[in-house]
Amino acid sequence: MLTIKNLQAKIGDKEILKGINLKVKAGEVHAIMGPNGSGKSTLASVLSGREEYEVTGGEVDFEGKNLLELEPEERAREGIFMAFQYPVEIPGVSTINFMKTALNQIRDHRGQPPLDAVSFLQLMKEKMKLVQIDQSLLNRSLNEGFSGGEKKRNEIFQMAMLEPKLSILDETDSGLDIDALRIVANGVNALRSKNNATIVVTHYQRLLDYIVPDFVHVLYKGRIVKSGGKELALELEAKGYDWIKTEAALAE
Amino acid sequence: MSKDNQVLEEITSKEYEHGWTVNLETDEAPKGLNEDIVRFISAKKGEPEWLLEWRLKAFRAWLRMTEPTWPNVHYPAINYQDIIYYSAPKQKKTANSLDEVDPELLKTFEKLGISLTEQKRLTGVAVDAVLDSVSVATTFKEKLAEMGIIFCSFSEAVKEHPELVKKYLGSVVPMNDNYFAALNSAVFSDGSFCYIPKGVRCPMELSTYFRINAANTGQFERTLIVADEGSYVSYLEGCTAPMRDENQLHAAVVELYALKDAEIKYSTVQNWYPGDKEGKGGIYNFVTKRGLCAGDHSKISWTQVETGSAITWKYPSCILKGDYSSGEFYSVAVTNNYQQADTGTKMVHIGKHTRSRIVSKGISAGKSQNSYRGQVHVLKRAAHARNFSQCDSLLMGDQCGAHTFPYIDIENPTAKVEHEATTSKIGEDQIFYCLQRGIDEEAAVALIVNGYAKEVLNQLPMEFAVEAQKLLALTLEGSVG
Repeated sequence: MLTIKNLQAKIGDKEILKGINLKVKAGEVHAIMGPNGSGKSTLASVLSGREEYEVTGGEVDFEGKNLLELEPEERAREGIFMAFQYPVEIPGVSTINFMKTALNQIRDHRGQPPLDAVSFLQLMKEKMKLVQIDQSLLNRSLNEGFSGGEKKRNEIFQMAMLEPKLSILDETDSGLDIDALRIVANGVNALRSKNNATIVVTHYQRLLDYIVPDFVHVLYKGRIVKSGGKELALELEAKGYDWIKTEAALAE
Repeated sequence: MSKDNQVLEEITSKEYEHGWTVNLETDEAPKGLNEDIVRFISAKKGEPEWLLEWRLKAFRAWLRMTEPTWPNVHYPAINYQDIIYYSAPKQKKTANSLDEVDPELLKTFEKLGISLTEQKRLTGVAVDAVLDSVSVATTFKEKLAEMGIIFCSFSEAVKEHPELVKKYLGSVVPMNDNYFAALNSAVFSDGSFCYIPKGVRCPMELSTYFRINAANTGQFERTLIVADEGSYVSYLEGCTAPMRDENQLHAAVVELYALKDAEIKYSTVQNWYPGDKEGKGGIYNFVTKRGLCAGDHSKISWTQVETGSAITWKYPSCILKGDYSSGEFYSVAVTNNYQQADTGTKMVHIGKHTRSRIVSKGISAGKSQNSYRGQVHVLKRAAHARNFSQCDSLLMGDQCGAHTFPYIDIENPTAKVEHEATTSKIGEDQIFYCLQRGIDEEAAVALIVNGYAKEVLNQLPMEFAVEAQKLLALTLEGSVG
């Protein structure tokens, strides 16, 4: 589904990604871990098309398309979804209205007619159940006055609504207590299928107790320095990141 | 240049949709202004002597006045002698029904999207259309007449209901109120008149479309709405103007008069030609709008969506004279390119337990300047008056300006006055969030701006709200820097 080859990117003059290689197949969950400043969020931003980041080299293929040539909204319409670390507030715009606009633009891109009100409502009801979110929250202005947990749950609800092929969860666990974490993780798990894939970007292992990854990659100084199965996450939790740093230093 | 800026350039270069002129034969006054012109206009309209006297008084008052300089707007001096003060489309005879109206004229309205026949059939909105200076056709008149509601052009009202016009004309905005109101009083050519009798709830939205067509004509309409005891009326005003290089002056006066227990809701969607991208041309919109809550428990509510005009100078106000009367002002003012707007309201609390509410949402983009100017004045005898004001400004890009000038004068210690103000910017983060969900930039800006203005748009009658939303989006699409 996604093939990243030697991806390099910078912000301003600062090189952040220095050659990332990653292959994600349908049905897989990949965790990207790493210490602060290693480039995890940058990778998520570059994949979703944030313009502050300049890609200086490498290739990204998504479902046979050159991802780097697509505009952010085109990437979204092709099936890339990012759950934001800090979801933004849009006053006066309800989640429902927001989703209706998004869904219909995506449908238009696929040559489908807009969803009628009844079908939209039905879809919404179904997805609300899936991610355990209350309609009163969806009637309110998007993310305005939401608690940390509500914001993240709202992100997962949007993900459920848009049914992306590839979801990127950017530090979705940050700022969540354990109950909220569990609800969010349950939502993500309920959406897993053999046709979609997930990239979980996280600093801590605890989210991976709930969203169990097939692969774990450790990002350090803009490179993936270690890859493994889910055990790697536990090892990191137990030993911290220092040994990775030492290994990386030795390799240089 | 960032991508956002490119989009901004592309979108703001969109042409004004209503920019076309129609070849109607017009019946014009010669350029310039003097007592003879005032007499000419009055004679053209076959007015009674008292009205001519009133006009002349206004004209003499105007001569002694000077143009106000306090608004935060800048424009070259207006040469009042270079303006044509009267322009009427030539018609062979008065039309009794739409079938008799000049087909060119009807086409004009169709281009505006307000085909009278369509309106008549589909929407149930009674339209009094004003093209240049003369009201052309009024729909639904008979139906309204059955209920005793009078809704007609101003000139017709002068002929048919002189006692009402004489009683209320200038009762809210005196002929010498201010420079532009005095000018209007001297040369006003037409407008709308509306009277709702005691206890009658007007069953439909009354609507006027204003449009300036002929070159070099100022448009000076006058609207007078009187709601008798216990009555209710909702009135809609829409404005467009063709594209012209030179600036056109528009100085209207609107008077609302609410008696005991009456309610008037006045909504405006103003889309006058704003000038081109370089700031050339456009309408100078200097308007005096005021409502008088004369009776106890009366209510006046102004809602305006201001997207057009090169310059907007306008402060729809409420004089809360009756005890327990209330006034509201809901406004969205959008400026883009080189537009300037100085708009707001004035709430004058005279009666006891009077209440007012102000919600103003300014949106500035391009190189425009957007000012909110509002006054809350609580007089000595206005015990227990209450006011709530909220003034928000939204900035798009980094070359525009937003200004807020609140004035609060309280002479009664029991008054309760609240004022809130915020300034925000459409963030790249907000836009990116939308993009990431598959929403393109234009739709994203429309979504964000409409969300911001929602509280005001909600006040508009349904059919207007949809138009207003589209207008906001059209004026601002992509204006994010």
